[in-house]
Amino acid sequence: MASSEPAGRRANSGLYGGMPGRPGPPGMAARLLELADEMRGEGVAVGTSELLDAFDALNAVSWESQEDFREALGATLAKSQEDRHVLDVLFDRFFFRAVEREAVDRGLTDERFTGGEGIDLEDLRERIRDAIRAGSDGEMRDLARLAIVAFGRQGEGSGVIGVDVQRIRRSLGLRGERQQSAGTELPDPDAVPRDNLQQFEQHVRRELERLLIERTRALPPARPLRELDRALPSNPAQDLSEVHRVVAQMKRRLASHGREHRGRRRSWAVDVRRTMRASLQTGGVPLDLKYRPRRPRRPELYVLCDVSTSVTSASVFFLSVLHALHDQFRKLRSFVFVERISEVTDVFERERSFTAVSRRIATDAGVADVSGYTDYGRVWLEFLDSVVDDLDPRSTVIVLGDARTNGREPHAAAFGRVAEAAGRTLWINPEPKLYWNYGDSVMAAYEPFCNGVYECWTTKQLEAFVNDLADLRAG
Amino acid sequence: MSAGGLDTIEATRDALAGAGYLADERTALVSFLASQLGKPVLVEGPAGVGKTELAKALSRATGRELIRLQCYEGLDEAKALYEWNYRKQLLRIQTEATDAGWQEVRDDIFGEEFLLARPLLTAIAAEEPVVLLIDEIDKTDQEFEAMLLEVLSDFQISIPELGVVEARTQPLVLLTSNNSRELTEALKRRCLYLWLDYPSVDRELEIVRLHAPDIDERMARRLVEVIHMVRSLDLKKPPSIAESIDWARALLLLGAEDVDQAVLEQTMSIIVKHRTDLDLVAERVGVKLGDGILGAGRQAG
Repeated sequence: MASSEPAGRRANSGLYGGMPGRPGPPGMAARLLELADEMRGEGVAVGTSELLDAFDALNAVSWESQEDFREALGATLAKSQEDRHVLDVLFDRFFFRAVEREAVDRGLTDERFTGGEGIDLEDLRERIRDAIRAGSDGEMRDLARLAIVAFGRQGEGSGVIGVDVQRIRRSLGLRGERQQSAGTELPDPDAVPRDNLQQFEQHVRRELERLLIERTRALPPARPLRELDRALPSNPAQDLSEVHRVVAQMKRRLASHGREHRGRRRSWAVDVRRTMRASLQTGGVPLDLKYRPRRPRRPELYVLCDVSTSVTSASVFFLSVLHALHDQFRKLRSFVFVERISEVTDVFERERSFTAVSRRIATDAGVADVSGYTDYGRVWLEFLDSVVDDLDPRSTVIVLGDARTNGREPHAAAFGRVAEAAGRTLWINPEPKLYWNYGDSVMAAYEPFCNGVYECWTTKQLEAFVNDLADLRAG
Repeated sequence: MSAGGLDTIEATRDALAGAGYLADERTALVSFLASQLGKPVLVEGPAGVGKTELAKALSRATGRELIRLQCYEGLDEAKALYEWNYRKQLLRIQTEATDAGWQEVRDDIFGEEFLLARPLLTAIAAEEPVVLLIDEIDKTDQEFEAMLLEVLSDFQISIPELGVVEARTQPLVLLTSNNSRELTEALKRRCLYLWLDYPSVDRELEIVRLHAPDIDERMARRLVEVIHMVRSLDLKKPPSIAESIDWARALLLLGAEDVDQAVLEQTMSIIVKHRTDLDLVAERVGVKLGDGILGAGRQAG
């Protein structure tokens, strides 16, 4: 097979979708450089010295085991857990693709299993469930192929691999086991272990990709990893202890933040009064300049959070972050709103558990009226009515919301008056910037009144924002 | 450059196991690479997953001496590298005849005799290869990190009065961090990276059984499962591996037959060390144990 004619390869090279051909020398070194390039494209700092280390490391391990190969790269190229995550995803894509590309190059096709009609679906379901429970990797891969053949016939695939994977999973009736915290109900007899189920889905996804490549004889274009892989919690069932760990870490980082500037003079303001007084000792000549002491800015915060269903988790998370950082601020008052607005500062002071807070906000705050849809206009009017007198130029108003009014009057002028009363107004939108002002999002109406609008849907962005907020040098 | 007993990945793992440390694939590989490439290893991970223990095990496995530098805020060169023994120098000068030339005295008092070696210098100057553990590097400030760069990349220390002290043997260097602040790129670049996480149920079970060999297999599994359940809660301080070993030993001493609600409530304080955490664990885990839900679906394992 390896001897298929080179002429055919050259002729085929125009078919590779958007992929450039393969310039440059063949061999492992070139592949590794390409991998490093892709990693840089994802924002991982891979320097020359890392690459040299990687080569050294690869010389020291055997290449027969994929695991060792990957770990050797991991230890040398990825220098944090996030980097490692990126590497793992890229590694799969890169080396999996490398095989596929070779196959397209050489015009190879797989022996296809074609007995799809003969498969008894009930039987297949049972076998797949058993294989997933047993966690056997090879068997899962084989069954994934069978499943695709069997269910591929019932209707054409949607063309979107992610959708097809879920469709196949559903028609197989596979469910992951409930989280342990779900309570005392009896375990579902049909459920399978979550991790193994994911592994099975992974196999189905790969097989579908393989089929797609065979069908189109082209590789799908390389697409940057979506930042969403590292996104903020977006559903309440997510692991909250993980979230708290992030917060705890952020707190420590913020506490040590600014220390690198210790002992260095930066743009200090001269204290004229003290300088004059000191100059009396030198006969009125101001030899010794006195500076005004630099005091950290501790802002007074008013945080308004949208807690309608579309953004609940993000905002409760955000509020709990702020409350964890409470000592960074002079004063912190938090409000939540859906159709009405309500103050929840004391809830956060009393409750430590994230779930308890969510529950109390959901039951006691009384923010949802009839429809349960956000009404930004009404919220501004109410806020103006009740709180605006407390605002002064030292206070900062932070709004967290997606600015989706569900077609109601935005009352941007009222928001303008709030912004006027406060010293700074910042808006944090948990949606990616791309989606702003589409549909019922009226971000553009509020944006002119804000001192800053931020998209904030990853922990990194959130950390950067909180950093800005608590920054000693700000304003 | 290789260290005794760490010649292949399997040998590394076996050597570590012989020293009482059950390493997973990744840990064994990185330890092996560290000894082969002579590069320092930066070990990160939550508290209590055995980062420091890894260094100790490496020292036992290779038969090298362990030199430990515990970092803290404000740690400076005098505590980490070397210091001149001023008092001894003073005494030396006083006993010296007054007519001795300055040159002579200076050569005399800046000799190795008056040098107090701190951990880093000790490790570099050691005759036999050593394992150097720089613990909790994230507790120091950035200036200290910068100072470490020379030591870590060239394995040498320059002392102005004496010249450069170069390493005679290649030490095996481990740095640990709890990730409480971002380390500088320059430091990371010089290190291999290893992320240690809490072990899987099976691995932790092996670890517990290794350190508390008398414990009954079934009970050990149940104990580890409870520990994992406790870790999955939102606690201020999740139990570490050392604490699960302690707990296993304590249960053995008490002669407990099974990990049930009553036993958990009596001995919980061994694995959970905060008041609020105690309440949470009693409420969430204790109730489950009481109902006998846990373990019902897991007999197969």
